[in-house]
Amino acid sequence: MSAAISIDGLTKDYQVGFWRKRPYRALDGLSLEVQPGEIFGFLGPNGAGKTTTLKLLMQLIFPTSGRAEILGRPVGDVGARQRIGYLPENPYFYDYLTAEELLQYFANLFGYSRSEARTRAARLLDRVGIGAERRRQQLRKYSKGMIQRVGIAQTLLNDPEVIFLDEPMSGLDPLGRREVRSLILELRDQGRTVFFSSHILSDAEALCSRVAVVAGGRLAATGRLSDMLAFEIRGWELVIADLRPQVLERITGQLQKTTEISPQRYALELPLQVPPERMLADLTATGARLVSLNPIRDTLEDFFVRRVAEVGEGARAPRKGLDAGD
Amino acid sequence: MRATSWIAVNVFKESVRDRVPYNLALFAVLLIGASFLLGQLTAGQDVKIIKDLGLAAIAVFGLFIAIFIGIGLVSKEVERRSIYSLLSKPISRPQFIVGKYAGLVLTLAVNVAVMTVALYAVLGYLTYIQTPAARSAWDAPGVDPRLLEAIGLIFVELMIVTAIALFFSTFSTPLLAAALTFGLFIVGHFNTDLKNFDKIVDSLPAVWLARGVYHTVPDFSAFDIKTEVVHGLPVAAGYIGTTVGYGFAYIAALLVVSVLVFSRRDFK
Repeated sequence: MSAAISIDGLTKDYQVGFWRKRPYRALDGLSLEVQPGEIFGFLGPNGAGKTTTLKLLMQLIFPTSGRAEILGRPVGDVGARQRIGYLPENPYFYDYLTAEELLQYFANLFGYSRSEARTRAARLLDRVGIGAERRRQQLRKYSKGMIQRVGIAQTLLNDPEVIFLDEPMSGLDPLGRREVRSLILELRDQGRTVFFSSHILSDAEALCSRVAVVAGGRLAATGRLSDMLAFEIRGWELVIADLRPQVLERITGQLQKTTEISPQRYALELPLQVPPERMLADLTATGARLVSLNPIRDTLEDFFVRRVAEVGEGARAPRKGLDAGD
Repeated sequence: MRATSWIAVNVFKESVRDRVPYNLALFAVLLIGASFLLGQLTAGQDVKIIKDLGLAAIAVFGLFIAIFIGIGLVSKEVERRSIYSLLSKPISRPQFIVGKYAGLVLTLAVNVAVMTVALYAVLGYLTYIQTPAARSAWDAPGVDPRLLEAIGLIFVELMIVTAIALFFSTFSTPLLAAALTFGLFIVGHFNTDLKNFDKIVDSLPAVWLARGVYHTVPDFSAFDIKTEVVHGLPVAAGYIGTTVGYGFAYIAALLVVSVLVFSRRDFK
C-alpha cells in the first residue's frame, strides 16, 4: 500500500535579521511516511518545526530542499487538495461572514452545488456543536473555542481522505477536547488518515498509533507509540496495605521511592533489577496485603523530554553542504 | 473559473458587510446633492457645476474605495492568516488573485453605479425645474448620456488603481501599499509632464529616469475627459476605445506581475 503522506528530506531555511540577514533552519531534512488509515501524532516543543512542516505540506511555504507527496501526488497539486482537509493553528476566518456562510463558501470552492454546500455546512456545524442560532452570527462575535470548532468543521467539508490538524485542541474547553478526540477516532474508524501536530502529549497517547517527535527542526524519533514506550519499563510499583513500619525500614534499602498513601498503606517503587515476586513473598509473609502491582513505564512525556534534550536545539544555521540548492 | 467567481462574490459580500465603501458612496451622493445648492449660487453655470462636482465626487470617492479596500485584499488575508485555510482548498494562487481583483471591481462597479444614478437624479431634477429658454443656453443637455463616457473612463482608471493596490498588497503592508498606490496615482496624473522633461532639464540621467517613469507608470490624465463632456466638446470614439484598451492592457500586466509575485510568496 502506498503511503498517504510521504516526506523526503524536507528542509526549510528562512533569512532572519533586519540589517545582516542570516539563515535560520526551521526544518532540517525531515523524512517520514504516514500510512493510510492511521492517526499520526507529530509532536514537538514550541518552535520545533511542526507548523513549518504542515505549511510545507499545504504549500503555504516552499521548501529549500526535499520533497513531499500527499496521496501519491506532489504537494501543491490542486487536485490532491480536493481530497485533503487542513486545520491551521489558531485558525482565523472572515469577520463579517457567519459560520454557515463561511462553510458554504468553502464548500463552493470544492465544487459543490449551492444546495449540497448548504447541506454539508449544516451537517458539520451540527457535528461540531454550533447550534442553529449561533451559526447565523458573524464570526467576529465568536470565542476562540467556537472559531476552533468552525475550523474543524471546515476541515471535513469535502469528506477528506487525509486530514491535517495543527494543534486541534488549542482553545477548546475539556468538553470540546473530548469531543475532538472522539471525532478523530471516528475519522480513523471511517478509514481516514489523520496527521495531527500537538505539544499536548496526553492527546497523542490517547489517540495515536504512531508518532514522530521533532526538536530543533530535526526528527528526534519516530515509530509506534507501543514500541517506543514498551521497552522503557524502568521498575515496578507495589501498593501494599497493612505494612508494619519495622518491615518497611528493613526493605527501604532495596526501594527507589516510598510514598505513604494512608497509615500502613504504601506505594513502593522497585528498581527493574529487584524481582517483584520475591519482594511480594517477603512482605506477605509478614502479614502485609498486595493491593496492586504495576510496571513503571516511561510516559510519552518522559520519552519526549529525554529525546528532545538529546537532540537539543541544535545549530539552527544551515549546515555546510546542506544549504539551499544542495 | 467557478472558484474564482466564488472568491469574487466573497470579497463583495465582505465589503458590503464592512460598510466602509457604502458610507463613502453615501457621502459622495450627499456631495452630489449638495452641488445642486451650490449651482443655484452661480447664474447660468449651475448645470456645469453639478456635472463637474458630480464627476469629481465619483472619481475621488471611487479612488478612496479602490485604495482602501484594494490594499487590504491580500495583506489582510495574510496578516490574519485566513489565507491558510483558503489556499488549502482546491484553488490556485492565480485564481485567488484574479478572484480578489474581480470582487473589488464588482464592489467598485456597484458604488460607481449608485453615484452615477445620484448624479443623473440631480441633473434630471435641475432639467425639470428649468425653463426651456434656460436649458437651450446649456452647452450640453442636462441629462447627458455622454456623461457615461466620462464615468466609464473614470471606472477604468479606478480598475487600474485597484490593480496597482492589489499588486502592492501582494508583498507589502497595507500602509506601505496605500502610500505607494497613492504616490503612483499622483505621478500618473502628471505623466505627460515627464514625457517632456528633456525640454526643461539638461541632466541626461534625470531625463532617462523621467522617461523610464513615463513608460512604467500609467498615464492617468488620459482617462480624464470630464472637461470635454461637461462643456459638450467632442471626444472621438477611437480615443475612448484606445484609452480603454490601454487601461485593460495595463490591468492585465499588473495582474500577471501580481500573480508572479504572489505565487512565489511564503506565508510565514
